[in-house]
Amino acid sequence: MESAASREKKDHPKPAKLGREVQARLGQQLRAMYDEVVNQGVPTRFTSLLSQLDGEGNKDKH
Amino acid sequence: MAMDESVRKAVLSAVPSLRAFAISLCGNVDRADDLVQETLVRALANIDSFQPGTNMSAWLFTILRNHFRSEYRKRRREVEDSEGHYAETLKTQPEQHGQVEFREFREALAHLPADQREALILVGASGFSYEEAAHICGCAVGTIKSRVNRARTRLAELLAIDSADEFGPDEQTRAVLAGGRD
Repeated sequence: MESAASREKKDHPKPAKLGREVQARLGQQLRAMYDEVVNQGVPTRFTSLLSQLDGEGNKDKH
Repeated sequence: MAMDESVRKAVLSAVPSLRAFAISLCGNVDRADDLVQETLVRALANIDSFQPGTNMSAWLFTILRNHFRSEYRKRRREVEDSEGHYAETLKTQPEQHGQVEFREFREALAHLPADQREALILVGASGFSYEEAAHICGCAVGTIKSRVNRARTRLAELLAIDSADEFGPDEQTRAVLAGGRD
Protein backbone atom coordinates (compact mmCIF):
# COMPACT_ATOMS: atom_id res chain seq x y z
CA MET A 1 0.00 0.00 0.00
CA GLU A 2 1.18 3.46 -0.84
CA SER A 3 2.03 5.53 2.19
CA ALA A 4 0.78 9.06 2.65
CA ALA A 5 4.39 10.26 2.62
CA SER A 6 5.14 8.80 -0.80
CA ARG A 7 1.87 10.17 -2.23
CA GLU A 8 2.88 13.57 -0.96
CA LYS A 9 6.27 13.22 -2.58
CA LYS A 10 4.77 12.45 -5.98
CA ASP A 11 2.29 15.27 -5.92
CA HIS A 12 4.80 17.81 -4.64
CA PRO A 13 8.36 17.31 -5.85
CA LYS A 14 9.35 20.26 -3.69
CA PRO A 15 8.94 19.78 0.06
CA ALA A 16 5.40 20.66 1.01
CA LYS A 17 4.95 23.20 3.73
CA LEU A 18 4.20 21.43 6.96
CA GLY A 19 1.14 22.24 8.95
CA ARG A 20 1.66 24.19 12.13
CA GLU A 21 0.42 21.32 14.27
CA VAL A 22 2.83 18.84 12.73
CA GLN A 23 5.71 21.28 13.21
CA ALA A 24 4.72 21.80 16.82
CA ARG A 25 4.60 18.06 17.41
CA LEU A 26 8.01 17.54 15.86
CA GLY A 27 9.41 20.36 17.93
CA GLN A 28 7.98 18.94 21.14
CA GLN A 29 9.39 15.51 20.45
CA LEU A 30 12.79 16.92 19.53
CA ARG A 31 13.00 18.99 22.69
CA ALA A 32 11.76 16.15 24.89
CA MET A 33 14.52 13.93 23.53
CA TYR A 34 17.15 16.62 23.93
CA ASP A 35 16.00 17.70 27.38
CA GLU A 36 16.19 14.17 28.61
CA VAL A 37 19.96 14.44 28.26
CA VAL A 38 20.09 18.04 29.48
CA ASN A 39 18.22 17.04 32.63
CA GLN A 40 20.96 14.58 33.51
CA GLY A 41 22.95 17.65 34.57
CA VAL A 42 26.73 17.76 34.64
CA PRO A 43 28.38 14.34 35.11
CA THR A 44 31.16 14.41 37.72
CA ARG A 45 33.62 13.54 34.99
CA PHE A 46 33.34 17.13 33.75
CA THR A 47 33.49 18.92 37.09
CA SER A 48 36.62 16.89 37.84
CA LEU A 49 38.05 17.74 34.45
CA LEU A 50 37.57 21.46 35.01
CA SER A 51 39.18 21.28 38.45
CA GLN A 52 42.08 19.35 36.97
CA LEU A 53 42.54 21.82 34.09
CA ASP A 54 42.29 24.69 36.52
CA GLY A 55 44.94 23.10 38.75
CA GLU A 56 47.33 22.65 35.84
CA GLY A 57 46.78 26.24 34.84
CA ASN A 58 47.70 27.45 38.30
CA LYS A 59 50.90 25.44 38.25
CA ASP A 60 51.93 27.10 35.01
CA LYS A 61 51.40 30.50 36.45
CA HIS A 62 53.37 30.14 39.67
CA MET B 1 46.10 30.18 33.38
CA ALA B 2 43.88 30.16 36.44
CA MET B 3 40.26 29.86 35.54
CA ASP B 4 38.04 32.77 36.23
CA GLU B 5 35.08 31.72 38.38
CA SER B 6 32.59 33.21 35.93
CA VAL B 7 34.23 31.33 33.06
CA ARG B 8 34.11 28.12 35.04
CA LYS B 9 30.42 28.62 35.75
CA ALA B 10 29.58 29.49 32.16
CA VAL B 11 31.45 26.45 30.87
CA LEU B 12 29.82 24.08 33.35
CA SER B 13 26.36 25.38 32.65
CA ALA B 14 26.86 24.70 28.94
CA VAL B 15 27.88 21.07 29.53
CA PRO B 16 24.38 19.47 29.68
CA SER B 17 23.39 21.02 26.37
CA LEU B 18 26.77 20.25 24.79
CA ARG B 19 26.26 16.60 25.70
CA ALA B 20 22.79 16.53 24.18
CA PHE B 21 24.14 18.11 21.00
CA ALA B 22 27.10 15.73 20.90
CA ILE B 23 24.84 12.70 21.29
CA SER B 24 22.71 13.94 18.42
CA LEU B 25 25.84 14.35 16.27
CA CYS B 26 27.46 11.00 16.88
CA GLY B 27 24.60 8.85 18.14
CA ASN B 28 26.64 7.32 20.92
CA VAL B 29 26.71 8.46 24.53
CA ASP B 30 30.27 7.39 25.33
CA ARG B 31 31.71 8.90 22.19
CA ALA B 32 29.65 12.03 22.83
CA ASP B 33 31.09 12.42 26.32
CA ASP B 34 34.61 12.04 24.93
CA LEU B 35 33.75 14.68 22.37
CA VAL B 36 32.55 17.04 25.08
CA GLN B 37 35.70 16.38 27.11
CA GLU B 38 37.94 17.11 24.11
CA THR B 39 35.93 20.25 23.48
CA LEU B 40 36.42 21.53 27.03
CA VAL B 41 40.16 20.84 26.92
CA ARG B 42 40.45 22.74 23.64
CA ALA B 43 38.24 25.56 24.79
CA LEU B 44 40.13 26.16 28.01
CA ALA B 45 43.47 25.97 26.23
CA ASN B 46 42.20 28.75 23.96
CA ILE B 47 40.13 30.66 26.46
CA ASP B 48 41.98 33.86 25.51
CA SER B 49 40.24 33.79 22.15
CA PHE B 50 36.84 33.89 23.82
CA GLN B 51 35.45 37.41 23.79
CA PRO B 52 33.92 38.23 27.16
CA GLY B 53 30.33 39.34 26.82
CA THR B 54 29.65 37.07 23.85
CA ASN B 55 27.74 33.82 24.07
CA MET B 56 29.94 31.20 25.79
CA SER B 57 27.55 28.43 24.89
CA ALA B 58 27.66 29.26 21.16
CA TRP B 59 31.46 29.45 21.34
CA LEU B 60 31.68 25.98 22.89
CA PHE B 61 29.18 24.55 20.41
CA THR B 62 31.32 25.90 17.55
CA ILE B 63 34.43 24.21 18.93
CA LEU B 64 32.60 20.94 19.48
CA ARG B 65 31.06 20.98 16.03
CA ASN B 66 34.35 21.78 14.27
CA HIS B 67 36.21 19.18 16.26
CA PHE B 68 33.58 16.57 15.46
CA ARG B 69 33.68 17.45 11.78
CA SER B 70 37.46 17.20 11.49
CA GLU B 71 37.61 13.95 13.45
CA TYR B 72 34.75 12.63 11.43
CA ARG B 73 36.36 13.42 8.11
CA LYS B 74 39.32 11.29 9.15
CA ARG B 75 37.08 8.35 9.98
CA ARG B 76 35.05 8.80 6.89
CA ARG B 77 37.72 7.20 4.71
CA GLU B 78 36.65 3.92 6.19
CA VAL B 79 32.94 4.56 6.24
CA GLU B 80 31.64 6.28 3.16
CA ASP B 81 27.93 6.13 3.87
CA SER B 82 27.62 8.42 6.85
CA GLU B 83 23.86 8.17 7.07
CA GLY B 84 23.85 4.39 7.10
CA HIS B 85 26.74 4.32 9.52
CA TYR B 86 24.95 6.57 11.97
CA ALA B 87 21.85 4.40 11.79
CA GLU B 88 24.00 1.33 12.39
CA THR B 89 25.57 2.94 15.43
CA LEU B 90 22.13 3.41 16.91
CA LYS B 91 21.15 -0.16 16.21
CA THR B 92 24.20 -1.67 17.83
CA GLN B 93 23.45 0.03 21.13
CA PRO B 94 19.72 -0.07 21.33
CA GLU B 95 18.69 0.97 24.77
CA GLN B 96 21.04 3.26 26.58
CA HIS B 97 19.73 4.50 29.85
CA GLY B 98 16.45 6.28 29.55
CA GLN B 99 16.41 6.67 25.79
CA VAL B 100 13.95 3.92 25.03
CA GLU B 101 10.93 6.11 24.50
CA PHE B 102 12.59 8.24 21.87
CA ARG B 103 13.84 5.37 19.78
CA GLU B 104 11.49 5.84 16.90
CA PHE B 105 12.24 9.52 16.76
CA ARG B 106 15.99 9.00 17.06
CA GLU B 107 15.93 6.49 14.25
CA ALA B 108 14.10 8.94 12.01
CA LEU B 109 16.59 11.64 12.99
CA ALA B 110 19.41 9.25 12.11
CA HIS B 111 18.18 9.11 8.53
CA LEU B 112 18.61 12.83 7.97
CA PRO B 113 21.75 14.11 6.30
CA ALA B 114 24.20 15.34 8.97
CA ASP B 115 23.88 18.99 7.87
CA GLN B 116 20.13 18.95 8.29
CA ARG B 117 20.24 17.07 11.56
CA GLU B 118 22.65 19.50 13.19
CA ALA B 119 20.72 22.55 11.94
CA LEU B 120 17.45 21.18 13.27
CA ILE B 121 18.95 20.35 16.67
CA LEU B 122 20.65 23.73 17.07
CA VAL B 123 17.52 25.68 16.22
CA GLY B 124 14.79 23.33 17.39
CA ALA B 125 16.31 21.94 20.56
CA SER B 126 19.39 23.89 21.70
CA GLY B 127 17.45 27.12 21.35
CA PHE B 128 19.91 29.03 19.17
CA SER B 129 18.64 31.66 16.76
CA TYR B 130 19.07 31.06 13.03
CA GLU B 131 21.89 33.61 13.12
CA GLU B 132 23.70 31.84 15.97
CA ALA B 133 23.23 28.45 14.31
CA ALA B 134 24.64 29.88 11.05
CA HIS B 135 27.65 31.16 12.96
CA ILE B 136 28.19 27.80 14.68
CA CYS B 137 28.00 25.92 11.37
CA GLY B 138 29.96 28.53 9.42
CA CYS B 139 27.29 29.04 6.78
CA ALA B 140 24.68 31.56 5.69
CA VAL B 141 21.49 32.15 7.67
CA GLY B 142 19.42 31.19 4.61
CA THR B 143 21.26 27.89 4.41
CA ILE B 144 20.35 27.08 8.00
CA LYS B 145 16.72 28.00 7.38
CA SER B 146 16.49 25.77 4.37
CA ARG B 147 18.23 22.88 6.16
CA VAL B 148 15.83 23.16 9.09
CA ASN B 149 12.85 23.18 6.74
CA ARG B 150 14.06 20.19 4.80
CA ALA B 151 14.83 18.35 8.04
CA ARG B 152 11.29 18.94 9.35
CA THR B 153 9.68 17.83 6.12
CA ARG B 154 11.78 14.70 5.95
CA LEU B 155 11.14 13.85 9.60
CA ALA B 156 7.41 14.21 9.12
CA GLU B 157 7.65 11.87 6.11
CA LEU B 158 9.74 9.32 7.97
CA LEU B 159 7.44 9.33 10.96
CA ALA B 160 4.47 9.38 8.59
CA ILE B 161 2.76 12.23 10.35
CA ASP B 162 -0.05 13.75 8.37
CA SER B 163 -1.79 15.21 11.32
CA ALA B 164 -1.04 15.55 14.98
CA ASP B 165 -3.40 12.67 15.72
CA GLU B 166 -1.25 10.26 13.82
CA PHE B 167 1.91 11.02 15.68
CA GLY B 168 3.25 7.63 16.67
CA PRO B 169 1.35 4.69 18.10
CA ASP B 170 3.50 4.69 21.18
CA GLU B 171 1.52 5.44 24.33
CA GLN B 172 4.67 5.95 26.34
CA THR B 173 5.71 8.72 23.99
CA ARG B 174 2.33 10.34 24.35
CA ALA B 175 2.68 10.22 28.11
CA VAL B 176 6.06 11.91 27.92
CA LEU B 177 4.71 14.60 25.62
CA ALA B 178 1.81 15.13 27.95
CA GLY B 179 4.30 16.08 30.63
CA GLY B 180 4.82 12.89 32.65
CA ARG B 181 8.54 12.30 32.85
CA ASP B 182 8.53 9.07 34.80
